[in-house]
Amino acid sequence: MPDLVKLTIDGKAVQAAPGTLVIDAAKMAGIEIPAFCYYEGLTLQAACRMCLVEVEKMPKMMTACTLPVAEGMVVRTETPQVAQARKYTLEFLLTNHPLDCPVCDKGGECELQDMVFRYGAGESRYTEEKVHTPEKQFSPVVFFDAPRCILCFRCVRICNEGMGVGALGVIYRGVLSEIAPNHGDHLECDECGACIDICPVGALTSGIYRYQTRPWEMQHVGAICTHCGDGCKTTLGVRNNRIIRGNNRDHSGINGEFLCIKGRYAFDFYDHPERLQAPLVRKNGKLEEVSWSEALDTVANRFNQIRADGGTFGVIGSNHTTNEENFYLRKFAREVLATPHIDHHRTGDVTALVDALSGKTGRMATVADLYNRKAVLVLGADLAREHPLLSFQIRANYRHHQAHVYAVTPGPVREDKYAVASVRVASGGYFAALEDLRARLKAEPELVIVFDDSFKGPDVHRLVEFGESLGIPVRYICLVDYSNSRGALDMGLVPGEGGMRLDEMLAADLSALWVVGANPFKGTPGVPGSVARKARFLVVQDLFLTETAEQADVVLPAASAYEKSGTVTNTTGEVQRLKRAINTMGAKPDLEIMGFIARQMGAAGALGPWVPETVFAEIRRTVHGYDIPLPEIDTGGAAPTTPVNGRVTEAGGPRPDLIRSDHNGLFASGTLGRYSKVLNSVLEGRLDR
Amino acid sequence: MTFSPQLEARFDKLLKSYPPGRQRSAMIPMLMYAQDELGSVTDELVDEVARRVGVTPLQVNEVLSYYSMLHRKPLGKYHVQVCTNISCLLCDGDKLWEHACKKLGIGHKEVTADGQISLEEVECMGACSWAPAIQVNYDFEHFVTPEKLDQILDGLRKKA
Repeated sequence: MPDLVKLTIDGKAVQAAPGTLVIDAAKMAGIEIPAFCYYEGLTLQAACRMCLVEVEKMPKMMTACTLPVAEGMVVRTETPQVAQARKYTLEFLLTNHPLDCPVCDKGGECELQDMVFRYGAGESRYTEEKVHTPEKQFSPVVFFDAPRCILCFRCVRICNEGMGVGALGVIYRGVLSEIAPNHGDHLECDECGACIDICPVGALTSGIYRYQTRPWEMQHVGAICTHCGDGCKTTLGVRNNRIIRGNNRDHSGINGEFLCIKGRYAFDFYDHPERLQAPLVRKNGKLEEVSWSEALDTVANRFNQIRADGGTFGVIGSNHTTNEENFYLRKFAREVLATPHIDHHRTGDVTALVDALSGKTGRMATVADLYNRKAVLVLGADLAREHPLLSFQIRANYRHHQAHVYAVTPGPVREDKYAVASVRVASGGYFAALEDLRARLKAEPELVIVFDDSFKGPDVHRLVEFGESLGIPVRYICLVDYSNSRGALDMGLVPGEGGMRLDEMLAADLSALWVVGANPFKGTPGVPGSVARKARFLVVQDLFLTETAEQADVVLPAASAYEKSGTVTNTTGEVQRLKRAINTMGAKPDLEIMGFIARQMGAAGALGPWVPETVFAEIRRTVHGYDIPLPEIDTGGAAPTTPVNGRVTEAGGPRPDLIRSDHNGLFASGTLGRYSKVLNSVLEGRLDR
Repeated sequence: MTFSPQLEARFDKLLKSYPPGRQRSAMIPMLMYAQDELGSVTDELVDEVARRVGVTPLQVNEVLSYYSMLHRKPLGKYHVQVCTNISCLLCDGDKLWEHACKKLGIGHKEVTADGQISLEEVECMGACSWAPAIQVNYDFEHFVTPEKLDQILDGLRKKA
């Protein structure tokens, strides 16, 4: 630890590490220096001149955002000269600003508004006509209103540095300067909307949110994005039982402020016109809307009948439902339906990883590790497309800590740009490539290995052997596809002794097949037509009439992740809490549906209350590794689970051939993605699936 | 995109003039030389320069839209730039500008119908001691009066 630098800010003695900027040192001492262009974590710009402060022995006022602390420095932030400089800066920023706050989306949460309120002059000496340019649409999600822009370059920097895309720039000069997209009149980018969120004014606005509401009319609910497995926290802005926007400006959650298009915009499936809002029961070959009680009775009576007749049940769980729901479903299947036939769609071989790491602790990397560890090895996955948060973390690690990144992938990836080694491999060529890198990897102080479904079964064991042979601390991340793929596995949605796997269940002559939140009959990707059902009675719980639901005897409309409470476990095994943001008429959370079925069957006593908190308490007591600290997740944080420290066995032995990732890109999200208007509206979505 | 051998040689020399990894420094001279050869900065040229110096086309666009000496549209064979900044203005540079516009029948950044002469009103070109000054392509003309301007323009017409 280097010696701290001692300085004085506004008469307060302050100590800060060498290299700290005055603006940050002041913040640590509880002194706010206003700024627009300064943004923690991004490169310095010194464009807005708002952070000018007086420094003794320096002839002119200095920008606190670019001035490193020095021994004995005396800084003053509240002198009449500073106050005047702030006033003039704001007057200057407002010369061409339209002051259309009453109709601006940003009004009420605008940094310019707040600054003018606190530091600005009440009047302007500027009497000339303001330069006005009409607003432009860069993409379905990004709109640009040049006159409101204060040219802080935040959007340009977050896109260049944070996303690694570089889709925005500033063209022309002086009063005519404006933000420009990378393809003439439109954007071709990740469409993540980070530029909109980071904009301190209303210059960049969201196509989904614009003119929908005043910000103070919304309630903000912390939810976990239901799309990929990264588990980003998205704060949903809710008004009148409608979700109006998603963002994470309070930086809570493992993702900080990062969100991709799915987290920020793809909540919109919830009010898709095809959303199921009443239960359906097949009558004379056709699915007809019925009341909840009729539908539940139909399922319960049939289930009881099959139980009495000694029939076989198959149960298929979901990668999207909560831990509580998965836990309850497994208990239902095992204890009430007494069946070992239970499974879910596996998207990564977590089982093999945990198995290969048996006897070792603290070897599962977290999302934070990708930012903090000194080296990262990416195997197989194109993270920027499939796991955008992990890609963001690695990029930030490189920018801030110059982390060594190794990318061993089948095609070009975004990591190539700053990787110390990028290797292209054909399938089967991974281990040869790893051997070539061995010497360099051995020289690293520590390593995080990230791999996707290119590694399954024995390959995972071999990979762990390779990692362990490097002689350095190695942590692992096994990538899985959806918001709760890890949770489905951890809660035991896997076959019991003699149980059938998912693919076997689809082909088997079961008395009843119960599918909760999955679409196993959708068929193989690329092949038209769905798989025909074999089971004699099919019950499906889902949001939409999927290929699976279409074939069902009973369809029960389920609530989405944003319409229920519970917990989910992300791809790195971190548990986070979902809070119910809205209710959708007619749909019920899967936990409630299962509870009602149990009650109608007269079996609820064995399963306990279907209340998320109660079920979670049982999970913490009984599921290995889930004894996690509650304050952590109750305050919106993520708690890492500690997976089984010992051999994991799966009934019937491992079947790596059944593990396959859907490899959803940024604009696809399995069956759910088809119902998001935004994901289907952006240009890139049509180019890249 | 390919250029004349002379220009290619110039580009090679330029790209080697900067330390490794700083090739983007060659962007402005490359754009200027290429503009002289092509007549303007085309979209194709933007992409090509971006590729050669290792930046995005948008970054090239940021630079070229900032500088007034880089043009997206073709100029005349002779580009006449009249300074109306303070020193020239005090010596009737503004009247010179109006005279030029009237004589040629074109305005700021416009080209005559025959494509021979284009006009541009520019800021200070560093010739204050010899104000009012104009610049024809890369050559300066000093102490320009309306009469002298007529001669110069007529001369250009003849040369064309």
